[in-house]
Order: sequence, then C-alpha cells, then structure tokens
Amino acid sequence: MSIRLWPATVLALILCAGYARAQVTFPYNGVYDQREGHYAFTGATVHVSPEQTLEDATLTIRDGKIVSVVAGGAVNAGAVEVSMSGKHIYPSFIEVYGDYGMPEVKEGSRGRGTPPQLESNTDGAYAWNQALRPETDASALFTIDAKAAKTLREAGFGTVSTHHPDGISRGTAAVVTLAESNDNEVLIKRNAAHHLSFDKGSSGQAYPNSRMGEIALLRQTYLDADWYAKQRGEETNLSLEAWSKLQDLPQIFAVDNWQDALRADQVGDEFGKQYVIRGSGDEYQRLQPLKASGATFILPLKFPETYDVSDPFAADLISVGQLRHWERAPGNVAAVAQAGIPFVLTADGLEKPTELHDAMRKAIEAGADPATVLAGLTTGPAKLLGIDQLVGTLEKGKLANFIVTDKDPFTEKATIYQNWVQGQAFELKPLQSVDLADAYDITLGDSKFSANITGDPGSQKMSVSPAGDTTTADVTFTESGGVITFRFRPGKEGGYYRINATPDGEGYTGTGRDPEGNIVTFTATPAKATKAEEAKKDEKKEDERPEYKSRLTYPNISYGLTEMPEAGKVLFRNATVWTNEADGILENTDVLIEDGKISRVGKDLSDRGAQVIDATGMHLTSGIIDEHSHIALSDVNEGTESSTAEVRMADVVDAVDENIYRQLAGGVTTSQLLHGSANPIGGQSALIKLRWGATPQEMMFEGADPFIKFALGENVKQSNWGDMNRVRYPQTRMGVEQIFENYFSRAAEYGRAVKAGENVRRDLELETLLEILNGERFITCHSYQQGEINMLMELAERHDFRVNTFTHILEGYKVADKMAEHGAAGSTFSDWWAYKFEVNEAIPYNGALMHEQGVLTGFNSDDAEMARRLNQEAAKAVLFGDVNEEEAWKFVTLNPAKMLHIDDRVGSIRTGKDADLVLWNDHPMSIYARAERTYVDGKEYFNREENEARRTELLAERNALIQASLDDKKSGAKTQSPKGNSRRLLHCDSVNH
Amino acid sequence: MNYSIKNPLTLLLVLFLCTCVPAQNPTPAARQAAPLAVTGVTVHVGDGTVIENATLLIRNGKIENVGSNLPVPAGYETLDASGKEVYPGLIALNSQLGLTEIGAVRATNDQREVGTFNPNARALIAFNTDSQVIPTVRARGVLLAQATPEGSLVSGRSSIMQLDGWNFEDAAVLADDGIHINWPNRNSYNWQTGDLKPNENYDEQVRELESFLEQAIGYCGRPEGEGSRLLKLEAFCEAIAGNANAYLHADEARNIQAGVLLMKRIGAKPVVVGGSQAYLITDFLKRESVPVILSSTQALPNSQDDAVDQPYRNPALLAEAGVEFAISHEGYWQQRNLPFVAGQAVGFGLPYEKAVEAITLAPARIVGIAADYGSIATGKSATFVIVNGDLLDMRSSVVEKAYIDGRDVNLDNKQAELYRKFTEKYSRVTR
Repeated sequence: MSIRLWPATVLALILCAGYARAQVTFPYNGVYDQREGHYAFTGATVHVSPEQTLEDATLTIRDGKIVSVVAGGAVNAGAVEVSMSGKHIYPSFIEVYGDYGMPEVKEGSRGRGTPPQLESNTDGAYAWNQALRPETDASALFTIDAKAAKTLREAGFGTVSTHHPDGISRGTAAVVTLAESNDNEVLIKRNAAHHLSFDKGSSGQAYPNSRMGEIALLRQTYLDADWYAKQRGEETNLSLEAWSKLQDLPQIFAVDNWQDALRADQVGDEFGKQYVIRGSGDEYQRLQPLKASGATFILPLKFPETYDVSDPFAADLISVGQLRHWERAPGNVAAVAQAGIPFVLTADGLEKPTELHDAMRKAIEAGADPATVLAGLTTGPAKLLGIDQLVGTLEKGKLANFIVTDKDPFTEKATIYQNWVQGQAFELKPLQSVDLADAYDITLGDSKFSANITGDPGSQKMSVSPAGDTTTADVTFTESGGVITFRFRPGKEGGYYRINATPDGEGYTGTGRDPEGNIVTFTATPAKATKAEEAKKDEKKEDERPEYKSRLTYPNISYGLTEMPEAGKVLFRNATVWTNEADGILENTDVLIEDGKISRVGKDLSDRGAQVIDATGMHLTSGIIDEHSHIALSDVNEGTESSTAEVRMADVVDAVDENIYRQLAGGVTTSQLLHGSANPIGGQSALIKLRWGATPQEMMFEGADPFIKFALGENVKQSNWGDMNRVRYPQTRMGVEQIFENYFSRAAEYGRAVKAGENVRRDLELETLLEILNGERFITCHSYQQGEINMLMELAERHDFRVNTFTHILEGYKVADKMAEHGAAGSTFSDWWAYKFEVNEAIPYNGALMHEQGVLTGFNSDDAEMARRLNQEAAKAVLFGDVNEEEAWKFVTLNPAKMLHIDDRVGSIRTGKDADLVLWNDHPMSIYARAERTYVDGKEYFNREENEARRTELLAERNALIQASLDDKKSGAKTQSPKGNSRRLLHCDSVNH
Repeated sequence: MNYSIKNPLTLLLVLFLCTCVPAQNPTPAARQAAPLAVTGVTVHVGDGTVIENATLLIRNGKIENVGSNLPVPAGYETLDASGKEVYPGLIALNSQLGLTEIGAVRATNDQREVGTFNPNARALIAFNTDSQVIPTVRARGVLLAQATPEGSLVSGRSSIMQLDGWNFEDAAVLADDGIHINWPNRNSYNWQTGDLKPNENYDEQVRELESFLEQAIGYCGRPEGEGSRLLKLEAFCEAIAGNANAYLHADEARNIQAGVLLMKRIGAKPVVVGGSQAYLITDFLKRESVPVILSSTQALPNSQDDAVDQPYRNPALLAEAGVEFAISHEGYWQQRNLPFVAGQAVGFGLPYEKAVEAITLAPARIVGIAADYGSIATGKSATFVIVNGDLLDMRSSVVEKAYIDGRDVNLDNKQAELYRKFTEKYSRVTR
C-alpha cells in the first residue's frame, strides 16, 4: 500500500521533520524518531547515467540510498509516492575541485616594506618551506558551511571534493556531501586526492618567489622524501612523512595556463607521477602536447565576459589575443573532447556556482556534447575520486543524491525544484510551480483584455491591457496549488477587478468581481501561436550559429602562425654573403639551403625545385645570437637565497612572448635565456632557437652544453634594493667571494661523499655546482668591476675550473690580458654606462680592447628592445675602437656561438651548418639595414612583406571581434571594462615580490 | 695578440695625452679669435637642403656666409675638410643630461622634485656643467640639450643649455623655455601582474590640473602687489602669456587631444612630448598647429597588436602628414645615440635630410632658438660639427670637430681618456 501525496505536502512534511539520520555512536535526545525516508518518485524521466535514461520511471530511495530505478515500476509498499510526472531527475553534480567548508586562505605578505622572511613561520616539526603543507588534512579542517552548501545545491551539486587551497603541496582532499545533517555523516571519504599548485598561498617565506623556484622546490621535495624514508635518526619531518603517505592518491595539480600544465606534467614525468591537471580554460590553444601529457584535465567553465569596447581608445587596451580568447573560451570543452583528452568539469572559478548552468549551456552551444558535460559533472569526478560506488549515477545502492528539474538543463534554461542529498530533501522552488508564461486573450463579463505572463515559474509576473489598447496595467498575481488569483485596475483611476480561476484544460476559467462588485465570468485562452513562433525563432538561431571570427594561431596572440613553416629548399642568388669563415665576405654569391641545413655556398648555383630568392644588392648573414637575454621567460630571478643553482630557466620558457617575433624581425635566431643577477649563484640557463609558434620544449637548442648564471657586484649585494633588503647574505663584495668559496667547497665534499657511496641526500643545488667542478656545466657571470672579475677567475683556478663567460663585463678592458690568459670570454654591452656606480668607468671601447687582447668578445642585449638591433650595436665596435667590420660582425654571431659551444651548429655560413640565416636589405651593420627574411633551421619565421599582410589581417580580425563584442553587448551580455595586459619587460634585476 | 700602434703620430698623441690630461672634464673652449673658413664640405643645412662643395665662413662666433665653392677671404684660417660632412650641432630635447650623473646613486639625482605641482622648479639651477657624462655626449655631435625635469603632474621648467660651459649661467642658451606637464595616465599598470586597467583616478587628476591652471590664470591676471606671492602659480604666468612652451608629455591619442585642448583654453602654446600615438591624429595636430617631440624611435611597440616596427615608422608617418616634429631620445648618457635614433627612422621611410632636421632645426624652432641655432645659415651661431662620414649611421659616424658659437670644442672625455690609459697599459706589455 502506498500513500499518494501532493509533492508540496511531502516536502513540507520532510522539511518540518528536519529529516536527518542520527549517527550510531551519538546519544539521541528525546523519543527515538529515526525515519527511513522511504520515497518513490514516479512518472519522471530519470537520467540514470550519461548513457542511460528511463522515461516514466520510478526512483525509490530509503535510508538515504537508492533502492531501485525502474521504468514504469510499481511503488514499493511503505514508500511515500511522490508524483514527478513531466519532471527530470538527474544524479546531482560532483564538484571535483572545491574548497567548501574550509578555512579561508590569506595570502602571505610579499610586499616591499618588510624585510624578507627567510625561514618558515609554521610551528612544529614540519617542512623547511612554509609552502609545503602535505600534512594538511581537509577532513580535519572540514565543517559544514550552511550558506555555501545552499549555493552549491542551488547549482545542482550534491557532493564536493574539498581541499584547503593553500601552498604548493596542499595536503589531502576530503569528499563531503552537501547535506546539512552533521559533519560525521556528510564526510564520506578522507584522503581523496593530493592537491598541488604553483602558488605559495599563505606562505610569506621568501623562497620560492618564481615559477622556476616553485618547480625546483617540488623536485627537491620528491628527492627529500626518498631520502627521508631511508635515513635513520638524522631528522624527524612530519611534512615529509605526510608527503610519502599521499603519493598513491590521485595527484591534482592546479595551473594558470597551458604552459604551466606542461611544466607540471614535466615534473610529474620526472618522478613517475601522472598529475590530473586543474586546467585554465585555454587548453584549446595547444591540444596536441596536452594530449601527449596523458593527463586528465579538470576544466573550468569560467569564460571571459564580453569586453565593453564602446570607447575606441579604451578598447585599445585589449589585444587580439584577449578578444580571441573571449570568443573561443566557451568552445574549450568541445575542443578538448574532440582531441580525445580525458576531462571532467568544475564550477570552480565561477563567481557563483549557479552560473554553472549558463556556462555549461554555452559550452554545449559551442559544440560540447550534453552527455559528455553531464559525465564531466557526475561519473567523471566520481571515478577520478574513487567514489563511483557511492555517487555519480542513480543506481541501486548509491547515495540518494539527485536533482529534480523541469527540463533538460543542458540544452534549455531549466528550473531545479529540488536537490536531494543523502536522502535529505532541499526545496529550491516549489515543485508545483506551473509555467504560465504566455500571451492570453481574456474575457471578463463583456470586456475583453489581453494579458501577458512572463518570467520563471514560481516568480512570474502578469500584465494586462484592454483589447486594442497598448496601455498596460500591472497585476498582483499569485498561483498556488493550481489556483490563480489576481487583481488589476484597467485605467489609472477607477476600481479593481478581482479574479479567482482554475485550469480548464486549455486555459483558465473562473469568476471575479468587477470594480463595481458585480460577479462576472472569466476566461483566459492562451495564444498558443506565440509559443510555436518562439520555438521557430530558437530553431532559426540554432541554424545561424556564427562561425568563429577569430583565428587560432600559434601562439594564439597577434602575429602568431596559423601553420608552422616548413624547411624547404631555398636558393639565395647573388647576395653579399658574410660567411664568418676564412672566405670572409663573398660578393655575388649564392647559398642553397635544404632540410634545415646550409647545403652549398658558391657562384652560379642552381637547383631544380628550390625556391629562388633574388638577393641582388642584399646581404646574407648567419642569424644573430644573443648571449644574454630575458625574453620568453615567465620569471627571471629566484634570488631569494644567495645560491639558487637548483632552479632551471628551461622550466619557465614562455613561448607566448611577442618579443620572440619582434626579435626575429631584428634578425635574432638564438637566445640564451639567463637567470637574473639577484644572487651570486643564479639558476641554470636555457638556450633557445626562436622557433616562433613552437612549444617551450620545441624551442630548446638540442644537445647544447648546460650553463649557469653567476653574478657579482651591486645586484647580488642588493645595493640598490632599498633599506629593507639588508639581511640576506651577502651585502658586500667580501661576502660575495665567501659565498663562492663556501659553495664550491661544499659541492666538492658532496661529490666525494656521493663517490664514496654514502647515503647522502640528493641535493639538486650542490649537484649542479659539482657539474661545474667536473667541467660539465659552464658559467656565464654577470660582472662589472675589475676586482671582482679577478676574484672569480682566481677562485675558479683554485678550484680547478674556468669561468666560461663574463657577461656585461664593462670593466673587462682593464683586465683583458688576464681574461685572455684564463680563457674567459667577454660578452658586453656596446656603450652602456653611468646607470649605477659600478659602471662609472665603463667605456664604449671595451669591446675593442678585449678583442685586441685576444678575449673572445661579443655584444649582448639583456633587453628586449635592444636585441632587435644588435646588428647596429656590432657597428659601435667599429666606431669606438676601430675593430674591422668583419670581426665586429662576429661579436653578435660567431663569437657568442663559440661562447655557448654551439659554433659547430650556428654562427657562420658554411656547408652543413644550421640554416639560421638573415637576409638584409643593406649592409647589416648600417643603421638603415632591415632584416627582410629570417630563417631558423631553414624555416622562414619572418618575412617583412608577409608581416605587412599579417598586420592588415590582424586589424580586420580585431575589428570583426570588436563589432561582435558590440553586438553581444547590445543583446544584453554582461560586460567587463577593458583590461589589458602588458608584458613586463624582464631584465637582470627583475624580481617578484 | 700583440698590440701595436702603426702610426707614430698616434703614439705621440697617446703619450702626450696620457701624461697631460687630468681626470676631469676638458676646459671649455675659448672664444673664436681668428675668422675661420671650412672648405670642401657637404653641408646638411638642417632645413632639408644640402650644399655640396661648400665653404663655411665663420667670424665672431657667427656664420658669416655659406655656399658652394665660396672664395676664402684673406686673413681667414682655413680648415680643409674636403669630402667631409657638416651638420648643425644636434639638439637633445627632453634630456636629463647634467641633471643626473649615476642613475642608481641618489645623491647624484636632481631631476625629480617631490610633490604633485612643481612648475616653479627650474632644471637650469641643477644643471651640472661638470658632469662627466656631458663630454661623452658632446663628442657625438650633440651640442645643445634641453635640461628637463621629470616626474609629478607638473615636473618643472626646462632650459636649453649649450654643452661646453663653465657653469649653468654661461651654459644657458634659453633659460626656462617651458613648463613640463605629465598628462595623467588613463591606465594604471600593475607591474607585478602586468595588468593594465583604466586609471580610476584619471578624471580627478585631470580636474586637479584644470583647477590649478584656472587658479594660475586668476593669479597671473591680478593687479600687481595684491596678496601673497605664490611661486607655483606665478611660475605658470609666462606659459599662460604664451611666452614659454607648455610641454605636454602624453603618448595616447586621446590624452594628446585632451591636453592640447586644455592648454589652448588657458592660452598656452602646447608642444606634445612623447607622442607615440600622434600618428593617429595628424589632422588634429595640424589643425591645432601643435608640434610633437617624438620619444625615441628605438623603443618597443606600445602593445602586442601594434606593428612590430611602429616606433621606427612614427617619424615618417608624421612627416608624410605634414606635422611639425622633432625626434628625441631618453635619458642622459643615452643622448650620445641621438643621431642613430634619427637614422633609425630613415630605414623606415623618413627622408634623410628630414631626419637631420628632426634633431637640429626642428628642435630649435620648437623650443624657440631657431633665430640663432639649428641650421647652417648666414647670421646664425656657428654651432656645428664636422663628420668624416654619415653622422646618422654608426658605420661611419666619426665626429672630428665641433664648434659651439664658433668656439672650437675639445671633444676629449673621460671614456676616451680611459681608453688611452688602458691602451697604454697593454702597449707596455711585451708578450
């Protein structure tokens, strides 16, 4: 036998009873009244799982769990039947990346104005670094937050995997439901995942303050944990113990962009971890490498709001890259799915969880499959978190976590009436709310009116106007239990009509009183035609979904490439060729390149199938090599400690830097990306070829010797950093020397201990320094004054190695003879001086004097602007000090290649070398010279004519996107005021605080 | 590698200078004694014209005559400079030369006063003729500079200085040539995140400036002797009367427009400084007859979407549109590269003589010293350089002689001295 009730009554009963299951171990106050919550929901379309939907089904729940789901099934004896006819029931969503019920995270102080915090502020036997918090246990921190739970339930969530988003290692997540019974019941799983990020969170500790520092800290932590497991009695470290315990959990890594995703994955690969990536929504920009990472992605559904571009000049703040992302971000889910990358979805990042519904429909409109979206919010997260036995589908035995809606929320704007969690009901909108929205023809006695009902069910508004009149009267209108009651006044003056009516199958019929108090009959007939029309309109809209106005390029910013260039066969005919070889400068000479290499140099060459470029009157040179650059980097300085030898610039190469393209336009083909000069021992250098459009990994100069940045003088002793920076050692040149002496002595001892087979903690910093002692890694040292240059050369000789290159080296001219003897190269500026005290005796003749003394000499940029005209800088060695032109040209080509040990590959025009070439319209050292074409590996990455065409296309694309933004604004889209991003130009002394 | 000096004369010179020149700036050149004829040169007049095979007659510090193959009158010293080029002395506008010596050493920085409104501050007073940077810039053909204060909403007043003086008084060519106003930025930039957002205080800052200028108009118009003397308001009187320039530092097109209109409203003569988006509003600039002092061509584009070579093209775009403009370069020691900053624009469409004009006669016209300086013309000051090559191209920009008001300027400097000192060091080494 079953009791049939109106749903509203059921809900009222449930809510009044304050339904909650008691916990077994808890005492019970009062008369035991633990009901079973046994309900049968009948007549609904039950979406059991993304794959299975049952029409007219019965879902039965009992004791907070699902008992059965059957199509057209009978109602179990003892169950309360709730008619859900015409409604949809879905498994409630699972938030895979939440912080529900967690304490707030306050960002640590990183400002200027305080001295740097060198040590961790965490009390107890925990990790040395405050950003490492693997011991954090979300289940221990969790407590129900009714307000937050309510908003999540309103969005359709029933379960959240929650974690405390603080630090680089954030400890474990706990899975909780959004019921409000008590903490013990809703906490359904501890240790669901280990969360990681590149964000220090509340840590105010100085180290790490750069992406490469964060990565280095992660690496060292993996190694420390290994060592810790093997050591006995050396130290107790609760963080490392916790770290080891959570290694077998899903490892969820939060990133800010696709490049960070690749960086995280790289670290994971090194230590046998496959991270799940909490992505950023820009994955569509680089699908292939992300797929190759093998990671599952947690994709956000936060899309950029339309930019308000009404003010044309303010609109200039926004780049084409931003506009493209605005247009294409909703298509990210579809693109990721199409690429076959596994993913789940999160509402994290949305301002309010309830924005989820609009966002997921946007994603579906942009091509995502509704079933996949449902899976991304239900079965996907359940599987990922290992809770698929509990939640995710509406199958027998699982938690009674489901939502009741009027429509398919994935394709239409739907209303969620109820959200049941562990059998606990939460009413969001009264279930009986009828959708009355329509236009009606009304008869009231003898008078005729037309009426309009608009708005969402449950909160609809009605307006009435006399037939044939357009003046409308607002109506006080209520609907309850199928009965509608309303009153209105047709004119500004006069009395009110009052009506009470019930459904008559088609419209409504009832009685009312006119303003005079007479009883009148009432009928309202819906003008059905309008609905059909609307549907038609929607359909039309569907068909007219516009194509993207934006292009997708590599990288996806201005001047990006739609397709990568290929290395063809190219014959440069009749050029003046600067060989940088014994042949010198050859007039009227041909150069043939193929397969990325220089294949022939000579007169009157011919080759069928080669693209012939008439280079008459033009100069062909090898590409410029910038020995000291900070472009294409996300960060430059770690610098928080006197040595950060463990950090690697290769970890932070930024392939989305427009300066890569700008420098190709200045003839640069290879750049050494250096750590900054904030500390005596900086980080490991990265050498890249300017392969615009490639990924960071693909830009790396293959097989090049490893280098490291050192620094001396004012920067490392923080002379110009203000009064707050007086605590980090060293603060004088005396201390600088001692740092080097100390670290090399320790590195040597470390090397001996490793060799002797002792159980030494693998130390990435000392290991790097040991490579220097072993002649396997080479130093580029930032330096200015002669004293410190002598110091480092002598110190190196004491430790039996050589300083490869002094960079900046503005007083190199004073010790050029000693440098030549030591074998150090000098990579300097042509004419910089007077910007700080230690360059007060810098002279523009420095390059010439070093060169004359036999020092391998070059000019570098250390500057994104100057790098575009290093050809001119080379000419300054002719102007100041009379270096002959051919030799001066080598200052920016062959000599830096030699300094970097890559002169077997690049730096001159010789058969077999890489086809890294520049075609100039004039003598390459003239102020009037322009790079017309720039090749890397035989691929043309810059062509001045094409550049002009690309600029025109860019302006057209920009305009189309701006027009689209204006249309979007006009049709009521939420907008944001223009906010741009201007790349911070990084130099030696650029530091994050 | 052995170092050898091939030319015995050079060796003598090296030895002589090494023993005799003390480690300080050269003595300012003496007044022109005998009349001088420079012959056989190509003269880049500064107004866009060129005179081939020219003779330049100089007397009492003035150019007495200039023309092709002029006869040299009796009693003139003759300097045969056949095959060489003559240019007017270059004028470095918007420069901090002489106001700062070493950027990172605070004690040597005198270009930035504290406070929002500093119209009364005078760069003239802080100009250090003994700056060791000045001779290195002078040696590159830059003979005049606008010593310009920086910072704040109103930074102060600049002065035009010649670069071979005993002290600021005799170095001043035109004291207090104008007031420098830094138009508020519409965008605020967060250097940590790179975010560029509309500056919420923009309107307020503009109103603050407007209100200040309105009060200055009132102040400058009141009867003499009435009320207290207010230095900040008083400092604006010359600009309001149109006797000094109102230098409006602005890059964005709409800032330029807003600034120019405000300056015109108060009766001042606006000159745009910076002007990286001036090319977008050339019609406006012509209609309002406002000249532009372009900031350095050797700069990165303002935004990701800009043409990669936009700053290189800017001068050509203004020239084509017929806007009066000069080219400037940033900073103090950097001014020695001013000729190349102009040359850079030639590679991107600016006619060569127009580039010369942009660092000679155009600056002179804009700041108001064109009657005496900026071009090689009869009656003007004999302020010019002789170059064995192309001044604007580093390949051959060999400045051999420089004259300021006919005085034969010593082109030696600290850096050349250090060069000799260490050439000497290595010449002693026998290897």
